[in-house]
Amino acid sequence: MSEQKLTGAQIVIKALKDQGVDIIFGYPGGAVLPIYDALFQQNDLKHVLVRHEQAAVHAAEGYARSTGKVGCVLVTSGPGATNAVTGLLDALCDSIPLVCLSGQVPTHLIGNDAFQEADTTGITRPCTKHNYLVKDVDNLARTLHEAFYVARSGRPGPVLVDIPKDVQFADGTYVPPAEVKHKTYRPQVKAEIARIEEAIELIANAKRPVFYTGGGVINAGPFAAKLLTQFVKTTGFPITSTLMGLGAFPASDNQWLGMLGMHGTYEANLAMYECDVMINIGARFDDRVTGKLSAFSPGSKKIHVDIDPSSINKNVAVDIPIVGDCGAVLEDMLRIWKARAKSADKPALKEWWGKIEGWRARNCLNYNRTESVIKPQYALERLREALRGKDHYITTEVGQHQMWAAQFLPFDQPNRWLTSGGLGTMGYGLPAAIGAQLAHPDAIVVDVSGEASFLMNMQEIGTAVQYRAPVKIFILNNQYMGMVRQWQELLHGSRYSQSYSEALPDFVKLAESWGCVGLRATTVAEVDQVIEKMLAVTDRPCIIDIAVDPKENCFPMIPGGKAHNEILFGPDDSPSDATPEDGMVLV
Amino acid sequence: MENAIEKHTIAVLVDNEPGVLARVIGLFSGRGYNIESLTVAEVNNADHLSRITLVTSGTRMIIEQIKAQLGRLVPVHRVHDLTDEGPSVERELALIKVAGTGDRRIEALRLADIFQAKVVDATLSSFVFELTGTTEQVDDFVGLMGQLGLVEASRTGVVAMSKGPAAF
Repeated sequence: MSEQKLTGAQIVIKALKDQGVDIIFGYPGGAVLPIYDALFQQNDLKHVLVRHEQAAVHAAEGYARSTGKVGCVLVTSGPGATNAVTGLLDALCDSIPLVCLSGQVPTHLIGNDAFQEADTTGITRPCTKHNYLVKDVDNLARTLHEAFYVARSGRPGPVLVDIPKDVQFADGTYVPPAEVKHKTYRPQVKAEIARIEEAIELIANAKRPVFYTGGGVINAGPFAAKLLTQFVKTTGFPITSTLMGLGAFPASDNQWLGMLGMHGTYEANLAMYECDVMINIGARFDDRVTGKLSAFSPGSKKIHVDIDPSSINKNVAVDIPIVGDCGAVLEDMLRIWKARAKSADKPALKEWWGKIEGWRARNCLNYNRTESVIKPQYALERLREALRGKDHYITTEVGQHQMWAAQFLPFDQPNRWLTSGGLGTMGYGLPAAIGAQLAHPDAIVVDVSGEASFLMNMQEIGTAVQYRAPVKIFILNNQYMGMVRQWQELLHGSRYSQSYSEALPDFVKLAESWGCVGLRATTVAEVDQVIEKMLAVTDRPCIIDIAVDPKENCFPMIPGGKAHNEILFGPDDSPSDATPEDGMVLV
Repeated sequence: MENAIEKHTIAVLVDNEPGVLARVIGLFSGRGYNIESLTVAEVNNADHLSRITLVTSGTRMIIEQIKAQLGRLVPVHRVHDLTDEGPSVERELALIKVAGTGDRRIEALRLADIFQAKVVDATLSSFVFELTGTTEQVDDFVGLMGQLGLVEASRTGVVAMSKGPAAF
């Protein structure tokens, strides 16, 4: 049996290895020195030293989202743990599996306001799926294995394990993962067949159906995305997805309507508004998607597949709730569809597609194509063309550039699109790109960024340089916090309060100061040139500063508090009643 | 009627581990749900299980959310809505201190007898009564004592159990 005695720190390393961790993102400090010492004395587990703990968590998220594995983070007590909080909440909001280990002051000092002490489990309780404080070294291995199990099972999420320094030094017994079974946590994976059968009947009789899918499909694994594609192709139905769900269904397919929601396409939002059967697979009726709840898809029967029972009937009451893993449910759906020899109502579907094609013809993503200034959409179109057929991953920061990237970059595979959806964390993209790049050293990883977001975690260029991660930071530089400015324009009388990016650095020189490649495009003609040069850099990070139209806004847009059929197409549209009070108070 | 406010008594079986009560309370405060009362104690020493009984109110949709949110907390074993799941008994225990002399003191004692409250402490000028009953009975008794020299009241909040042989 496993009776060997190890120190707590050695137990940590062994547990991580047994859980299949190959990279851990972290930052040392007093309360985790024993673990760093144990890391030093082995070669299997690679540690990536970030420049700020928040970035360690985002990097682990990038690693996790691009691989489907659990990301792993190591931070010290006090400020180490509090700096990680934003990343943990980001992972919670987007259901990303992470295990974050934090050091803690020795057990006898807990509660004494010791140096670098924080009530880490207290602070992170609402920011994690679950957390633990390990006070006995003999519980350490079990707790770590449980943490990985909880992080990846059911609706995935971040789990924090707080380990006091004396526990890291103490000798204890190691237990392997196979001997650990969680007492309570057994999320429902297989759904009730009766419910699925009910759903299949509704789907088969639909006249104006639409698939509305989300991050749940991505989290269920590439297999679920394949099944989804198969089911959607079999039915011939239109499909849209949330920001988090992009890539589960190939964007190059004609049944793809584009993203839905606040900055979604006209055809996707109107299909949602006018459908008679909505098939929600792994999405959560988020407010960015639904807009005004009372006017959300008023005439439809709704099917909702989600592994988290608390997502069902939270915002929108549904007709057929199905609790289960998206992959398992899609498998059953396809099987029952075939077994019952179901087929879609072809004439009705033809008519429905006719209507959708009419909306599509509106060409809602069109923009003013001009030679005089670089439009951000144009830069992304050129990036899209340059990346076509190449193995690539896209991360983003948060704001206008993020929405444009979602609109203009097509994803044909899951796990290729890494963005902060739920929490909307500026500064996510660069560290996430580093995490994705280290997991996929030969792929092209581009962080589509804005100049303001980039500044939030730009210290991580140092990390990218140190680990030779040739990430491309594609800055759409409009010298504004663009989305803030856009809202101020639409809802606050164009009073651009504090949204101008004053005192920006020279991004080319900034890149050069780190030994990276810095490129700049200020004219339309230069865009292709810098993209070509950027893709030629494979041994170091590259910062691309693209001077885009500072006044461009992101359309289409459904202003806060409006319904899907109250969409704005461009700068000439204004909200139907100038500044709707109910919309203004929303975010 | 969908938006009518309902009052529900919910029993939750949890692992008795550090922080579990904070998780439950944090869930209620973080999501803006009401807690009208909450009681907790270990009920199974061997397996370290605690039972939380909480009384909450909200629309049907909110009540369902509360149960789903409680159910997804990792240390939670089971969530039961005693209000929904057939008949149940609910009890509260209260300690009520009344100070006074003369007629008021005699009247307090007489009422305590009617309510089947026990005297657990007595001085020449005060009583501490122990009363077990429904929330309504305790409310009534406290209300009456208010006119007879009520000094303080301490209440456990509701504990509840379904009727019949079925186990939780």
